[in-house]
Parts: sequence; C-alpha cells; structure tokens
Amino acid sequence: MLTVITVTLLLVMVLALIRAFKGPSVFDRVLAANVFGTKTVLLIAVMGFLFGRPEFLDIAMIYALINFISVIGILRYFEFTHGGKAEDET
Amino acid sequence: MAKQIFARHTVSVIFTLAVIWGANSWNWDPLLIAFGVLSVLLVAWICHRMDVIDHESQPFHLTLRLPAYYAWLIKQIVLSNIDVVKRVWRSDSSSSAVLARLPVEQSTDVGRVIYANSVNLTPGTLVVELSNTQMLVHALTQESITELQQGEMSRKVTELEG
Amino acid sequence: MDLFISILSGVCMALGGILLISGAVGVLRFSDFYNRLHAAGVTDTLAASLILFGLMLLSEHSGILLKLILILLFVLLTSPTASHALAKAAWKAGLKPDTSNDKPGQ
Repeated sequence: MLTVITVTLLLVMVLALIRAFKGPSVFDRVLAANVFGTKTVLLIAVMGFLFGRPEFLDIAMIYALINFISVIGILRYFEFTHGGKAEDET
Repeated sequence: MAKQIFARHTVSVIFTLAVIWGANSWNWDPLLIAFGVLSVLLVAWICHRMDVIDHESQPFHLTLRLPAYYAWLIKQIVLSNIDVVKRVWRSDSSSSAVLARLPVEQSTDVGRVIYANSVNLTPGTLVVELSNTQMLVHALTQESITELQQGEMSRKVTELEG
Repeated sequence: MDLFISILSGVCMALGGILLISGAVGVLRFSDFYNRLHAAGVTDTLAASLILFGLMLLSEHSGILLKLILILLFVLLTSPTASHALAKAAWKAGLKPDTSNDKPGQ
C-alpha cells in the first residue's frame, strides 16, 4: 500500500507541475506550487515509513512549515506588485 | 486579576512549547532535557517581550468546547469533499460558481478566525475577503452558499466563543 | 488485531489516494482559478488527513505517532490560511471569478 501511495503522490505532483507550467495567471502557478509542496510533505512522510526511516518525519514537518511561509511570502510580494497599492493588514 | 490571567497564559505557552519539544525530541537524556528547558524558557521570554501572550494566542478557554465542534466540522468536511469530488469527475465542466457577501456575527477576533477557517476548510466554499462585519465567499455551487446563509456553522461558532 | 489495523490503514490510504488523484485532476480540469482552489482544498484537508491517519495506524512507536499528529495539525492549520491568502491576493490583483449568475451585492 505504501508503494501505491508513493506512486500516486508522484503522479499527483506531475499533474501539479503541468498546471504550474500551463499557468495562465501567476496565482495558478503559486497554487500549483502550494499543492506540490503539500504533496511533498506527504511523500516524505510516506517514504519514511516505506524505507523504515521514521526520522524522515522531522524533515516532513520542517518542509510543511517552510512551504507555508514561502507561499505566504510569495503572495505578499505579488499582492503588492500587482495590486499596486499597499493595504492595511488584516 | 489581570496578573493572574497573564500568569495562566504564560503557563499555557510554556506547557505547549514543552509538549512540542518533547514530542519532537523523544529523547530523555539529561543534557537534551536541559537544552529543552532552556529553549522553552527563551522562547517564552521572547513571546513575553513581543507582547503576544494573551487570550488570543492562547485560546485555552475554548479547549473544552472545541472537540464537539470539530466532530461536527469533520462531518461537514467529508460531505463537501464528496460533493467536490463528484463535480471533478462529472463530464461537463460548466462553472456554476457563485460569489456572495455573508454577514459575520461573531464578536471576537478568535471567533471570526475560527468561522472563516471552517468555511475555508470545507471544500467548495472559500473566503475571499474578510472584514469585521461581513465576508465575501466564493462557492462552487449555489447550494453551499444557501447552506451557509442558513447559518448553522455561524451559530455553532458563536456558541463556541461563548 | 494486527491484520485488522493494517487493513484499516490500507483502506484509509487508498481513500486518500483516490482523493489525491481527484484533487489533482480537478486542479487541471477546472476552467476558473477560484474553482481550482476548491479542488486543491480537497487534497489539502481530507486526503492529507486520511494518509497521515493511515500512517498513524502503522506507527508502533508513540514518538512517531506524536510527530504525525503534529504534522497533521500543521497541515490543517496552514492549508486554509494559504488558500485564503491565494484567493485574497488574486482578488486584490483584479482576477475576477467566472460566475454565470453573478450577484455579489447580495
């Protein structure tokens, strides 16, 4: 089962990459990067079990945090450059 | 009174940090425990200096009421997941998406965040804009908007914040 | 009992895998950006929870279990925030959703 899930995750990541290349807007690409990142977290966790190396879970956790922060960071950047004007924080 | 509340929140921060350290380290070597105690105290001190330790970052007054709400929310998430998956595999990819402004009745920030996060967590509905009194929701179908307008989720969150 | 647990974990992960595929196909197929966000939400919440739950059933060490719970909590806390940030940024950049019966004034 773990092997099947690993292959499924890799397939899903390929589909997310196709969306990232197709675009059309920059937000589609960020969305695809976000999906790709979440799937990477799952992939690392599943592979940790597949190879009997539970230490992989630490890497998965760090990746989950980095993925979230990077998506928020990229979005802040595009929000200000595309929107043109600075808004109040909500 | 204020001091007492402050002390309770500080204890809660330290407890949470200690649990996270323990869960991740899982190594009861005296040296590592000492490192853990030092890190927890350092982070708690930094949080104190940043002045972020209050009932908003530590909403433990909700703890007792949260499990019942989450049980209900998980049911909603499963139901709406099935709905979205059906739409994914349906052959016609016609879009019947709806935008609607809904009122937000929660009085506290925590309540509003829980409500908006719940709306986001259930696939098929997505908060686009959130202000103090209303939010702009994008939904895949008219039905999910109607369901939100009936206000069961909103009522449950209002009960939650007490 | 062991057999039962491994079957249960297999069922959880298989369901999660089906949801993963559905979400990815939705991200590819839907024509509108906001609809694609909904499809991505499927994989972020339920599929991730199911797969991590399946792994939790397989873990024989309580430290591993706690780590999996922490990962699940991170995913559940961050994914709605990330999709809201995406929707808000796209909305502010002027990307209008494709609504056949548009009535935002309601």
